[in-house]
Amino acid sequence: MEYEVVIGLETHAELATVTKLFCGCSTKFGAEPNTQVCPVCLGMPGVLPVMNKKAFEYALKAAVALSCEINNFTNFDRKSYYYPDLPKNYQISQNYHNLGINGYMDIIVNGSVKKIHIHNVHLEEEAGKLIHSEDSGANYSLVDFNRAGVPLLEIVSSPDMRNVNEVDSYMQTLRKILLYTEISDCKMQEGSLRFEASISLRKKGSDKLGNRVEIKNLNSMKSVIKAIEYEAARQSELLDGGKAIDRETRLWDEVNGKSARMRSKEEAQDYRYFPEPDLLPVLIDEKWLSTIKSSIPELPLEKKQRYIESFKLSDYDAGVLTEEKVLINLFEECVKIMDRPKAFCNWITNDLLREVKDKKLDINDLKIKPKQLASLVEIIEKGTISSTIAKEVFSEMIQTGKEPQKIIEEKGMAQISDEGLIESVVDKVIANNPNVIEDYKKGKKNALAFLVGQVMKETKGKANPKIVNELLSKKIVDIN
Amino acid sequence: MSLKLLEITAHQLKEKLLSREIQATFLTKKLFEWIKEIEPNIQSYISLNEDEALEKAKEIDRKIENGEKIGLLAGVPIAVKDNICTKNIHTTCASKILKNFIPPYDAYVVKRLKEEDAIIIGKTNLDEFAMGSSTENSGYKITRNPWDTERVPGGSSGGSSAAVAAGLAYMALGSDTGGSVRQPAALCGIVGLKPTYGRVSRYGLVAFGSSLDQIGTLTKDVRDAAVLLQVIAGKDSYDSTSVQIPVPDYINGIDASIQGVKIGIPQEYFTNGINTDVLDSVKNALKVYERLGAKIVDISLPHTEYAVAVYYIVANAEASSNLARYDGVKYGYRTNDVRGIIDMYSRTRSEGFGNEVKRRIMLGNYALSSGYYDAYYLKASKVRNLIKNDFDAAFEKVDCIVCPTSPVPAFKIGERANNPLEMYLSDICTIPANLAGIPGISIPCGFSKEGLPIGMQILTRHFEEKKLLQIAYAFERETDFHLKKPVLKGSIA
Ligand SMILES: [Zn+2]
Repeated sequence: MEYEVVIGLETHAELATVTKLFCGCSTKFGAEPNTQVCPVCLGMPGVLPVMNKKAFEYALKAAVALSCEINNFTNFDRKSYYYPDLPKNYQISQNYHNLGINGYMDIIVNGSVKKIHIHNVHLEEEAGKLIHSEDSGANYSLVDFNRAGVPLLEIVSSPDMRNVNEVDSYMQTLRKILLYTEISDCKMQEGSLRFEASISLRKKGSDKLGNRVEIKNLNSMKSVIKAIEYEAARQSELLDGGKAIDRETRLWDEVNGKSARMRSKEEAQDYRYFPEPDLLPVLIDEKWLSTIKSSIPELPLEKKQRYIESFKLSDYDAGVLTEEKVLINLFEECVKIMDRPKAFCNWITNDLLREVKDKKLDINDLKIKPKQLASLVEIIEKGTISSTIAKEVFSEMIQTGKEPQKIIEEKGMAQISDEGLIESVVDKVIANNPNVIEDYKKGKKNALAFLVGQVMKETKGKANPKIVNELLSKKIVDIN
Repeated sequence: MSLKLLEITAHQLKEKLLSREIQATFLTKKLFEWIKEIEPNIQSYISLNEDEALEKAKEIDRKIENGEKIGLLAGVPIAVKDNICTKNIHTTCASKILKNFIPPYDAYVVKRLKEEDAIIIGKTNLDEFAMGSSTENSGYKITRNPWDTERVPGGSSGGSSAAVAAGLAYMALGSDTGGSVRQPAALCGIVGLKPTYGRVSRYGLVAFGSSLDQIGTLTKDVRDAAVLLQVIAGKDSYDSTSVQIPVPDYINGIDASIQGVKIGIPQEYFTNGINTDVLDSVKNALKVYERLGAKIVDISLPHTEYAVAVYYIVANAEASSNLARYDGVKYGYRTNDVRGIIDMYSRTRSEGFGNEVKRRIMLGNYALSSGYYDAYYLKASKVRNLIKNDFDAAFEKVDCIVCPTSPVPAFKIGERANNPLEMYLSDICTIPANLAGIPGISIPCGFSKEGLPIGMQILTRHFEEKKLLQIAYAFERETDFHLKKPVLKGSIA
């Protein structure tokens, strides 16, 4: 039978604040276990949470960027469950008065726009991390509370997606929005951006939703896609066999490419939500909201569209360019300095990304400045260096942050346009290659290219190719 | 040391220290001698802080000697309820589950005591996690009432109250969630003040019912209550629910006239359930007020009858969540021979908590459960608002409300221990102030036929502690109930 797949996503993004949500501890990733903790984030007896205003504003910004309705009254609730990585055995979250509701996000799939509704956006605290001993006989686990209390944004979509292409576009677009608004660094490998999917199937044409299965433990966007494909196939097979789908939560196993039941609906937890008495409700007035609204930058889809229209970039190039905040900043700054969007786009989308990939560089840690890239383009246009040399210069620029001019000088890379100098090399090459000259005379036109190559080799690629060509053509003719 | 020195108030003591009539070191040593002699009969302390107290006393003496600036409570020996965190000093909440817990930080109020040069004598007994009205629910010991050691001191701040009444501390801090400062103060014949919710930071007070908990003072007289409140009141950036309202001078002007003050008498608090000695004492007290020029006005607080029910839903719901953190993972007690995490949780908690605490956790979890939340917690929150509105309406007509603090004087140890419902009614007069968040004070206003102290409760509007203290002080100045002391057998005295 033919089924329609109905997919919703829950996204967790750690907010890019310097300190935690309810205490002054650092949120820096990768510290020694339990070195970024205090009585508050350890849930010691007697402590109280105090809201990090920046975190709240980031969450508000996200809700606005996702076109949510913002209630002027919002409150926090306690979500109760027992787990060793949750210091208080309740998580301060939002349930009864979410920060933002009824929002949406436009995604592009196969060239057309689709609106995905956002059910709610809310703010909560991150849990710690269990560390299981590597020793297989160990009868204990350790807990690292460094992440406990890091501000976490939860974005719950409506079940509006129908295939993995839409899911992929949703994840990419959402990630870009969070990056553009500088709310989260979205590092999936550090767990600062995570997804959970819920999937149900229904007969094509039916408007009744099937039983929903939630999938957890999705560590990358790729595993989200794989897990959804697996789940859709699993459910379709069950339905075809006349079996029912259980409402359950399943864990994705990336290594084996399968999922397994974690708990059934009957085992679903009762979180016993109630309003957090230790925090005051937050009232959002018009003035505050409009300040937040005005701080939202141009969002991914608008930006991409603008690049295509005003800079005449291809859809593909505009897409690549708008992928990362650093690329956008570099590109836009360059264009401000010099009106050569196409050239800058090429340098960034081809050379820069290739260098990053080949040399395994951190894209957020590139040394190149917009001014420097602009002067590189200028130098090339002036003919000071060839495009081959330029690539070499560029490679060094992004790693060292040196001025292109300086690199060219230091390495003596400047193009040789001194005709006398080139002529002497040309003469030498002609003298050393009588056979090639013969060939040329016999009509082998590519013999000229060989001779040009020899001149370039002699001059370490620095001779102005135009002059080399002119001189060679003239000299060979003169030999006759 | 004469008994007189043990009986004087903290502000009188401070004068003697300042005039160098006595030294803090001498006083502190003598006090610990007295504690060693009397404490076995009273059992008010869970732990004593003798070494640090003597260190601090020496420091105060040196400061006074050198004419250095000294704090408001310089040299005053003070006891702290054992559910208020003290850095490097055990804080057990009278629970086995926190037997070995040593906080790495000071509660806001403790920090303030230290800044004002108080001498912390020790940590006092309470009903486990402040859940009770008799201090019988302690995981360690039963505190006795200094007026009759066969009787309870009230609770849950029974240790702090008994210590102050028996001269084992000059003042003490307690906590009041449903009357836990005012009720034991009444039963021990001392002054107990619960400030407005938000007036004193709760940071470092181990949470029981977070929307109700408030740190309060237990003192020998009203002036001492004013001094101690002056020290602990104020906005604290570590407690979002503490309020940014300037703290007035509670001490100067405490003797203001109460001529023309309107005192509301809520009919709902003067009913059959109240002991006749208590009713008579409070009614006599009203005559004193009339003589002082106050006007007595009959009022009604119509939703009073729901207060106890609302309280036990809200407080237990919050408690069930607040106490979830005691799981053996991070601090405190952990069971032995663990077989998996669930086993560790359930055995740690069933071995670590006492019965009353378990009962309340179960009731609280029930009230918050899916399907019951609306009927219990949400409904209770709505009725709580009605109770608040009752007070707002009453304070349109009157300046304060006067009623009994406890329906009965101190009862016998064991008398109510097996009847939780009857025990819960001990707080029937004090609970509404916590639900409304308003300040209340209990002051001595008489004695029962058996010679047990009786307390009178005064309530005012939010943040009107200054007026509350003035009204209380006016009565105290006219009477001598607060000057009577229990007879204690001790060789020093
Ligand atoms: Zn912290």
